Amino acid sequence: MLPPSSYFYMMGNFGLQILVIVISFLQSLGRITMAVAVDVSQFESITMAPPDPILGVSEAFRADTHEMKLNLGVGAYRTEELQPYVLGVVKKAENLMLERGEFKEYLPIEGLAAFNKATAELLLGADNPIIKQQRIATVQGLSGTGSLRLAAALIERYFPGAKVLISSPTWGNHKNIFNDARVPWSEYRYYDPKTVGLDFDGMISDIKAAPEGSFILLHGCAHNPTGIDPTPEQWEAIADVIQEKNHIPFFDVAYQGFASGSLDADASSVRLFAARGMELLVAQSYSKNLGLYAERIGAINVVCSSADAAARVKSQLKRIARPMYSNPPVHGARIVANVVGDPALFSEWKEEMELMAGRIKSVRQKLYDSICAKDKSGKDWSYILKQIGMFSFTGLNRAQSDNMTDKWHVYMTKDGRISLAGLSAAKCEYLADAIIDSFYNVS
Amino acid sequence: MSASSDHQDSVFSHVVQAPEDPILGVTVAYNKDPNPIKLNLGVGAYRTEEGKPLVLNVVRQAEQMLVNDQSQVKEYLPIIGLSDFNKSSAKLIFGADSNAIQENRVTTVQCLSGTGSLRVGAEFLARHYHEHTIYIPQPTWGNHPKIFNLAGLSVKPYRYYNPQTRGLDFQGLLEDLGAAPSGAIVLLHACAHNPTGVDPTLDQWEQIRQLMRSKGLLPFFDSAYQGFASGSLDADAQSVRMFVADGGECLAAQSYAKNMGLYGERVGALSIVCKTADVASRVESQLKMVIRPMYSNPPIHGASLVAVILKDRDLYNEWTVELKAMADRIISMRKQLFDALQAKGMAYKLLFILVIHCTPGDWSHIIKQIGMFTFTGLNTEQVAFMTREYHIYMTSDGRISMAGLNSRKVPHLADAIHAAVTSIA
Repeated sequence: MLPPSSYFYMMGNFGLQILVIVISFLQSLGRITMAVAVDVSQFESITMAPPDPILGVSEAFRADTHEMKLNLGVGAYRTEELQPYVLGVVKKAENLMLERGEFKEYLPIEGLAAFNKATAELLLGADNPIIKQQRIATVQGLSGTGSLRLAAALIERYFPGAKVLISSPTWGNHKNIFNDARVPWSEYRYYDPKTVGLDFDGMISDIKAAPEGSFILLHGCAHNPTGIDPTPEQWEAIADVIQEKNHIPFFDVAYQGFASGSLDADASSVRLFAARGMELLVAQSYSKNLGLYAERIGAINVVCSSADAAARVKSQLKRIARPMYSNPPVHGARIVANVVGDPALFSEWKEEMELMAGRIKSVRQKLYDSICAKDKSGKDWSYILKQIGMFSFTGLNRAQSDNMTDKWHVYMTKDGRISLAGLSAAKCEYLADAIIDSFYNVS
Repeated sequence: MSASSDHQDSVFSHVVQAPEDPILGVTVAYNKDPNPIKLNLGVGAYRTEEGKPLVLNVVRQAEQMLVNDQSQVKEYLPIIGLSDFNKSSAKLIFGADSNAIQENRVTTVQCLSGTGSLRVGAEFLARHYHEHTIYIPQPTWGNHPKIFNLAGLSVKPYRYYNPQTRGLDFQGLLEDLGAAPSGAIVLLHACAHNPTGVDPTLDQWEQIRQLMRSKGLLPFFDSAYQGFASGSLDADAQSVRMFVADGGECLAAQSYAKNMGLYGERVGALSIVCKTADVASRVESQLKMVIRPMYSNPPIHGASLVAVILKDRDLYNEWTVELKAMADRIISMRKQLFDALQAKGMAYKLLFILVIHCTPGDWSHIIKQIGMFTFTGLNTEQVAFMTREYHIYMTSDGRISMAGLNSRKVPHLADAIHAAVTSIA
């Protein structure tokens, strides 16, 4: 029998040993925990975002195997053979750029100077006094979207609480841009489904009712998605009410030259406002008119009442661009500068633009003719002819649009919008049949 | 209504003139300077020994191929960009054999170079991640805090650079990250830290990794110099790969501005490595929601060039050779500048003059630092002096771009630095 102290000693020793084992085990656990990351994702709770409504149309089209399928969702020009089109002047410009062995240095934050100059001149006219007076701030942006976003960020920072009024309906991404930029927005009446035309009185009324100093988003030409544009007289009245309420016009110009075929005609709304001495914002895109979709080339222009204001505004736009992408991509800007800067290429560009706009006008006419030839009810389809640009609002409702897709394999957006850029003369009759069937047989 | 608006108040009256960007503004000032001896060591753009910008041969070849290819069109890319580019970029940074890639746990989206990738990643985190603080090293690239603030994150510093040793304040780094709240985001420069050129060793990276994983800190890598820092693409990606190999999550912003010389084309990618393929796919869908209202889809040209080069074995190999040549030239510039400063006997003069500031009296940091930039240790007054008297343009924090230096200009630069440290304290 050992003395009691020995037992305590033995127990203590044993306890110590247990302690040592436990500590080693915990330490090894700790080592494992430190070396390996947590098991659950930090992003586990993130939900799947819905697919983009417009791009989803093209995906569904691609999956369809029907021989008569037609993609009228696409907002990109197609030839009569329904192929994408790279303009001849663009290929020539790219070859020139390659031959010259251009460098790839960073552009300044505001973009390529030659591009900005050409863009302002295209928009306002080269001899416009505003340009001579240096009252326009032009900053190269990432096509229309990127330019709108820069402007939205400027509004958020310098006009806190100011609202942007957007047309009902409008391009689907407009509201996303203003939401992400945290700029409040509301709608003004625009499309009248009863007439498939402009709800002019509603538009004027809603603009008038908006709080003073609101930004009014206007489509310079070829309204997307309706194709319905105000007449010159209506533009004057719109300018009147905007001036009356000290609102600021904010133009989205995505189709200059592409709508009518004439660069000047398509800029007339913007020039009308500028000629009145109004300050305005203009987001421009070369996606459609120069077919430079994927190059992301456009600009935000701010016409100010003084050169000093324009310089200050430009400096603040730069401050917004720098933490977003630092400086814009050079390739598309050089193409534009080369095309616009060379008289021969510029001429050729105008011809190609007339060709594209011409093809769209001609399928528009052919579609209308086909529908009228088949529909003997006397319904007035002339709104199709009055609309302008790439898109046409067919007047079909959602169920009817679904019928177009389900029965006729014609892909379009649910609001009844079709892209005439995706229509060939050869398919006009088929489309006419589809439209007539959907309109009369589906409610 | 009068067309003249001199008397009309502008709605923009309250918009003040913004100052020039501190980094890009250096080039603006340089361009305005008429003096022929001027030297631009501001922005990090590579220059040849002749002082000219460089377009890589592989890039020229790829461009010719694209122009000759009749099937090339300019249709909108998907929101997340060119698929081949995305896949190749992920392989480049994470390694072609990366488990994370094979398990489909990585989402990679094409973005506008490094800045665009950082901004999209930060916007995503501000919307979908539970912690909205990002820790950034002191110092860091000047644009970092602006990007994160505008994206909706708040920015906190962690100690990084030790001015006394002109090296890494590793203890300070560990303490500060150790004190960060669990789950906080941490910005890490994958290699060639900008502006200091001071990188952790691999051992130190391993310690950083362990600390971060134990606290659930989320790594956000900025990789702007892969291949450009050491000359080896794999070596320069070690830090990132270490964090992916442990099975954990991280973000990585990649830029091809420097290593492919594609500066103005704005080519880059954001990758998010997730725990599972399902999470990665949901994350990708939310990245699209950030991109679409910002610029809809990314520019095609630069990404097409990268995709061509990365996928063609010969072009890829040729690229690695051109990359190593650029990295080697910079390393040689470091040596030449160091030698020139040594030759001026500055070491001893500095010990004498600067001992009061506890500054070590040697310029060996110039050859110890890695990458495009050197943190000279010059203060703002000395920098202003160098610009005024010697027409040498650099950022006011004393950072010079070695990529903008050539052998002919080394004596001029050494003279300027010598004059700056001897005439201004």
